[in-house]
Formats: sequence, C-alpha cells, structure tokens
Amino acid sequence: MSDEWKPKILGIICNWCSYAGADLAGSARTQYPPGIRTVRVMCTGRVDTLFIMKAFASGADGVLVSGCHFGDCHYLEGNYKAAKRMFLMKSVLKNMGIEDKRFRMTFVSASEGAKWAKVVEDVVNTVTELGPSPLKELEQ
Amino acid sequence: MADEKKPQEPRVGVYICHCGTNIAGSIDIKELQDYARTIADVVVSDEYQYVCSTPGQTMIEEAIKEHKLTGLVVAACSPRLHEPTFRRASQEGGMNQFRFEMANIREQNSWVHMHDREGATEKAKDAVRMAVAKARLLEDLHPKSVPVEHAAMVVGAGVGGIQAALDLASSGIKTYLVEKSPTIGGRMSQLDKTFPTLDCSQCILTPKMVDVLRHPNIELMSYTEVESVEGYIGNFDVTLRKKANGVLTMEQAEARGIVGGGCNGCGDCEPVCPVIKPNPFELGMAPRKAIYIYHPQVVPLLYTIDFDSCVKCGLCEEVCGDKKAIDLEMQDELVTVKVGTAILAVGYEVFPIEKKTEWGYKRYDNVVSSLEFERLICASGPTGGKMIRPSDGEVPKKIGFVLCAGSRDNTGIGKPYCSRFCCMYSLKHAHQLYEKIPGAQSYIFYMDIRSFGKMYEEFYYRIQDEGAKFIRGRVAKIEEDPITKNLYVTTEDTLLGQPVNIELDMVVLASAVVPTEETNSVRKLFGVSQSMDGWLLEAHPKLNPCGTTTAGVFLAGVCQGPKDIPDTVAQAEGAAAAASIPIHVGEVELEPYFAMCIEEKCAGCGMCLDLCPYAALDLGKSEDGRTVMKVTEAKCKGCGTCGGFCPGGAIWMQHFTTPQIVAQIDAFLLGGEQ
Ligand SMILES: Cc1cc2nc3c(=O)[nH]c(=O)nc-3n(C[C@H](O)[C@H](O)[C@H](O)COP(=O)(O)OP(=O)(O)OC[C@H]3O[C@@H](n4cnc5c(N)ncnc54)[C@H](O)[C@@H]3O)c2cc1C
Ligand code: SF4
Ligand code: SF4
Repeated sequence: MSDEWKPKILGIICNWCSYAGADLAGSARTQYPPGIRTVRVMCTGRVDTLFIMKAFASGADGVLVSGCHFGDCHYLEGNYKAAKRMFLMKSVLKNMGIEDKRFRMTFVSASEGAKWAKVVEDVVNTVTELGPSPLKELEQ
Repeated sequence: MADEKKPQEPRVGVYICHCGTNIAGSIDIKELQDYARTIADVVVSDEYQYVCSTPGQTMIEEAIKEHKLTGLVVAACSPRLHEPTFRRASQEGGMNQFRFEMANIREQNSWVHMHDREGATEKAKDAVRMAVAKARLLEDLHPKSVPVEHAAMVVGAGVGGIQAALDLASSGIKTYLVEKSPTIGGRMSQLDKTFPTLDCSQCILTPKMVDVLRHPNIELMSYTEVESVEGYIGNFDVTLRKKANGVLTMEQAEARGIVGGGCNGCGDCEPVCPVIKPNPFELGMAPRKAIYIYHPQVVPLLYTIDFDSCVKCGLCEEVCGDKKAIDLEMQDELVTVKVGTAILAVGYEVFPIEKKTEWGYKRYDNVVSSLEFERLICASGPTGGKMIRPSDGEVPKKIGFVLCAGSRDNTGIGKPYCSRFCCMYSLKHAHQLYEKIPGAQSYIFYMDIRSFGKMYEEFYYRIQDEGAKFIRGRVAKIEEDPITKNLYVTTEDTLLGQPVNIELDMVVLASAVVPTEETNSVRKLFGVSQSMDGWLLEAHPKLNPCGTTTAGVFLAGVCQGPKDIPDTVAQAEGAAAAASIPIHVGEVELEPYFAMCIEEKCAGCGMCLDLCPYAALDLGKSEDGRTVMKVTEAKCKGCGTCGGFCPGGAIWMQHFTTPQIVAQIDAFLLGGEQ
C-alpha cells in the first residue's frame, strides 16, 4: 500500500436524487476516484450541521452534502431548508479556520450519473489540492 | 469470535456478495471478509457468490438463528435494489427486518472503480465498517399499515391513459380519468392511419373512447387539470381544476332544473359565433370559433367556449334556445378526490423544428411537419383528405421525407435521443402518398431505418418495393425557389459518397418528440423525477419500467420516453396492473421512519413546526405538563427536516437517528485507526 496522503471525504446524500444518481453512475460504469465514503439519508433536510462539525472534528478533510435540485425534493422543500443551513455552515467553518472549499453542497438528480462522477472528482481534486484539514494539524 | 457475548449486546453478521465478478472482479473479497471479522461486535462474516439468491438468503436466515444476530450487514449492491430482499430474509431468520443495513459496494464502488482494486477494497472496508456501526445501533421497528382508497387516477387521456383507465375500471376500481383538453384521444386521434397494419387510427381509437364514456367505473374529467396533490400511496388527495367551458352537460342542466336541456352536440351555436381562431387540433390549418369542438368524433361530445377569445356577444346563447346549455358566466371549479394510486400518461409534444433553421420550416410554405402531413392526408382533415401542397394547392408529385429531424442530433439544437416512431411513420407516409397520388415519387432522407417491431422490417421492404427512393444522409440545407415555391434539398449520399441536390414539390420533416411543457409541473406535483431529457423517470429501466420512486405513482406512454402505439398500450396495461395491486390488496405498509420526540430533551421552542413540509408537528403537553412537540405519525413522511434542525437534539428520526449517523461518520473517520 502506498503511504501517500489521501484525503478523507465524507458524502451525505439523499436517497431519492443523489444516491440514485450515484447508483446510476455505477450502472453506467462511469469511473471516478474512490476518495469518498457516503452516508445515506432520506433527505438533505435531515443533515444536521452537527454532522458536518463532527466529521471535521473526527478528521474529515472534506465534506459533501448532495441532494435533489430545487423544486425536485421528494419531500417538497427539504433541500431548500438544507441549503440555507449549509450556507450558514460555510461561514461557521470559515470562522473555525476551515477553508470553505472543503465543504460543498451540490444538487445531483437521479438521472445525473455522469454529474455525480464529475462532482466527486471535483471534490476529491479540490480537497487533495488543499491538503490535510487544518484541524488535523492542530491535533498533532 | 466473541460468542460468549451476552445476547443483548450487539451481535452483527456481515455477508459479502461477489455478485459474480461484478464485485469480486474489483474488490478483494477474502481481504474484506477477514477485515470484517476484526470489526467490533461482528460475530460472523461470510461471503457468497450471489447473496440475493435463494441459497444466499437461506444462509443469512440460518446465521441469524445460529448466531443470535441483533444486526445484519450485507455488502452487495444498492439498497435501492435489494434492501427489500434482505429485509425479508432478516424477518424469515427471526430478526426484525429494520435491523438490516446494506453496504453498497457495487454501484458505488466496484463498478465505478473497476481499475483500482486497492482503492476499491479500502473503500469497501470503510463501507462495511460504517454499515456495522449503524447496524449495532439499529432498533426493532414496525411498518405502519394503512388502508388504500379503492380508487385510482389516470392523468392524460391519450391512447395510453385511455387504456390504463379502461383496465383499472374493468378490474373493479373507480377511476378518475383527467384530461386537460376538452376531448380525449391525444395524438393518436390526429393520425390518419397507423403503421404497419395501416388501420385507420380513428376507427380503432373511437370505440375505446366511447368505452371510456360508457364505463360505469370511469369518471371522465375532461378540460380539467391537476391543481395539487397531497398525501401518499393509498391516500392521495388530488385537487383538480375543472376549467370553465361555458357549456352545461345534460346532467349539469338537469341539476339546475333545466328540463331536457344541456348540450347535445347539435352544433347550432358554432356558425353564429363571430370569433375565428386557428384550430390547434388541425395544427392551425383550419379555423375554429370561440365556441368549438376540435373535430366531429370528440368524446365527450360537448362544446367548449374558449373564454380567452370569447367576446360574450351572447349569439350562441340565443341560438341554443331552450336547451339553455350556455353559461357565459361559468367559473373554474375546484374539486378534491381521494385515490389510492395514480398513473401519469401525459404524452408528448413535437419539437419546434423551426429551430433547425437550415430546413426552412415556418419560412417555406411547402416544408411541413409530419404531424401536419397526417392532417393533410387524413379524410377528416382540413383538406378533406386531398393531398395538396400549402403554397398553391397543387398536388405534389415529388415529396421528400427528412428523418431524424431534430432527433439523434448532437449539435445542441436538437435532441440526442432517437424518437423511435419517425422511421416507421415516414415509411407509412411514403405509402400513403402512393395510395393518394398515382405516379408520385417519395424520397426518404435517412440516417438508419429502425424498423424494430413485429412486422416492421417487412413493412420497410414493402415500401422499398413500392418504389420509395432511400437516400442515406443528413439533409444539410433546403432552399426555396421564390417563384415556384419548389424546394432544393442538399445532402450527401453517404452510401455513394456523392453530393445530392434534388428539386422537390414538398418536404415533410419527421420532427423529434419532446416532453410537453407541463410534464415538468405534473411530475413535480406527483413527486416524480425526470430523466436527462425531461421524460418522466421510471423506478428502474428494466425491472420497474412502469413504476416511479414515489410509491403509488406509475407511468404510461410517451411521457416516459418515445414509444409507438403498441408499446404505449402495453405499458399502459402494465401500469394499470401495477397500480391496481395495492388497491386490491387494500392496504400498504409504510416505512416506519417517523420522527419521534424525546420529550425530556424538548424545550418546546416550536422551531421545528414550520420546517415540516407536511404539518406533521404540533405543540402539546407532556405528562409532566411541559410544552413539547408531538408528531402526527400519519402525516410524517420521515424526511427528517425537523430532526436535522432541532437545536436540542430532541427529535429521534427512526432508522436515521443522530447516534446512528454519527456512528457511521466516526466509523469512517476514526474507526479505521482504532
Ligand atoms: C406524425 C406522427 C405519426 C405517428 N404515427 C404512428 C403510427 O402510425 N403508429 C404508431 O404506433 N404510432 C404513431 N405515432 C406515435 C403515437 O402518436 C404515440 O405512440 C401515441 O400517441 C402515444 O400516446 P400517449 O397516450 O402516450 O400520448 P398522447 O397521445 O400525447 O396523449 C397524452 C394526453 O395527455 C393529455 N395531457 C397532457 N398533459 C396533461 C396534463 N397536464 N393534465 C391532463 N392531461 C394532460 C394530452 O392532452 C393528451 O390527451 C405517430 C406520432 C407522430 C408524431
Ligand atoms: S422538537 Fe426540537 S425544535 Fe421542536 S419544539 Fe422540541 S426542541 Fe424545539
Ligand atoms: S420527519 Fe419531521 S419534518 Fe419530515 S415529515 Fe416527519 S415531522 Fe415533518
């Protein structure tokens, strides 16, 4: 195994759109880097800012929250509410000294397998460029 | 193995699926299995070729009993595919089905990291560890059983919607057939003949339209639109807007005490109406009045006033006389109906082919769309079936048919997909031309001829034998002679490798088909996803082509993707069967992912109340008299929007609890290093 640093990226994705989109990328065999581990929730509305803080505190180098496009939420408007919350989250993270690029919210629908692959690739590249999370350095 | 653990301690089993080489080809199963054994509370870990197979499931069921499992992890494909399978197996094994968790190491791992065995194996280990972390904390849950309303709705009454409604109704289900236009029949009623049998479209459709009207279980709601949808499978409350048509049916007249009144379709009103508008059924090639029917076979036979153009002169009212069928002050009406399931069959629209400017549609008189051709050649059409060219009314002798007009087009202007029926109807058109105009010559400009159906290829041969000329090549441009209005078609014959320039009397563009503008709003009302091109998205392209990811909502016809009449009808029958199952069973089980309030933690702030999109939350009193949040389970859909927000962590989202999610996060980020 190589001991080259690899970013740890957590994805929290909604069951109906982004998880389905990620599944579609699979059925279509669209290749992307294996840099992300996902947690499935029913709706991005479920994503508590606590989860994101917790992830960074536990050593995540990046976090991605992904849900349905606006207007497409399986539960009407969970993604709007999530987006508002996630927007606030960005400034909180900034205040904590975490580059805001380490945290992203995206919208990937059930038919956007290729977009999912692209999003993951982007996130992996961005976080790899940024290097390990500053919180980790603090710890050491 | 930690077999000595007390039974109440978590005891998790991990089963790893090879999925043939689908998983085993990119992930080291042995390494993963050995790794799984090292995870805390894992008491058994095994692997198998196909865990979803009967022996695979039996293996799980036995393991649950033998190892007294409190949690089960299957590392295999997507939970969106096999979660129900393994839940059933869990139940069979004597464990609560909600103690099962799936690690998706296929769709989101082996298939997308096919050439990175090391990366994929590491990711799989993390995924299994995260799933075990959740499985350790899973609890017994019990699905909630709800009764299903014994009624269904079909939205859109083209041939697809008509078939679906007839099938549902004939199986004994009360069916509301909702159609936005004043008549049913959809596109098929605009067609002249249908390939490959060449039977007259109206002749085979009209009996079905009449059946709809006569069926005691069908409530036909024409000139009606869906306004809002609430509820869930078994219990949808659909609010419909019955648009004011200004004309009373006989029943409506009777209800108003007008004896023997109401519209009987006599048509006396139409000639007196002073307003003239283009008739959209004839694609604008014939006029209609402000009070109109689209064509003589409309069902229901009832006149409609287009209030946008009506000048309220009252002439129609006068001539209608004692029937008193006209009500110029009629208003839209809202009605709400309750249905158990719904089928969407809202059809399609034709691509605005003028966007492909090189072909001159809408600029040159003699370039028409294929739907216009259907009307021009149809005996009941605007020319009475006399095939003439629009510029001068002359009979065309040389007609070109341009296939893939906007389909299979990657220029960004047209559509990348195949519209599936244009090849066949263009062959049909070539044949119709010979029938109508002896000595006429047709030129078919094509990319490929796709004659994939039963008797379709044979039909293709027949048209070749009849003398149609096939030129393989995409038409580069069409130019008009301003005096004769004849058309010069330029292309390259890619089989001969030669440029072609032919003078023709008329050109027919086989335009691509696209979702209607309203498809998007309808799908949002019913919570259905769309595919890249805007067609309604089926739950699974192969295994669930009529279903959607919204339980209780099904699809039929072209709104799901281009298909011809036989395929539309077949899918409609499938959708009707699928939609009738929950209704006949009479009850459905809902996943018990409801929100719950941990009252000790709830501050009663009420901040969650407005967040809930379903108004499932209220403030009430706890036993000790404090104000706390209360959930109405019947309304809660388990999105967790409330739980994602509650500042006190007082909301327990069952199956997606905060401890469970945090455990997954920590298992990923810390677990590997422990
Ligand atoms: C030129 C041409 C020739 C063709 N020739 C043939 C042929 O020879 N043989 C063949 O097999 N196929 C042929 N087809 C294909 C055929 O038209 C379709 O397969 C068929 O019409 C599909 O039926 P449908 O019910 O899915 O949709 P549609 O016929 O489009 O019906 C949809 C219905 O839903 C209604 N609707 C839409 N939106 C709403 C809403 N929001 N609320 C309520 N109602 C709504 C519409 O008013 C319409 O009545 C041809 C197509 C074209 C364009
Ligand atoms: S559940 Fe949470 S948000 Fe809702 S009232 Fe109680 S404390 Fe407030
Ligand atoms: S989970 Fe919460 S927000 Fe979502 S429906 Fe249930 S009560 Fe409402």
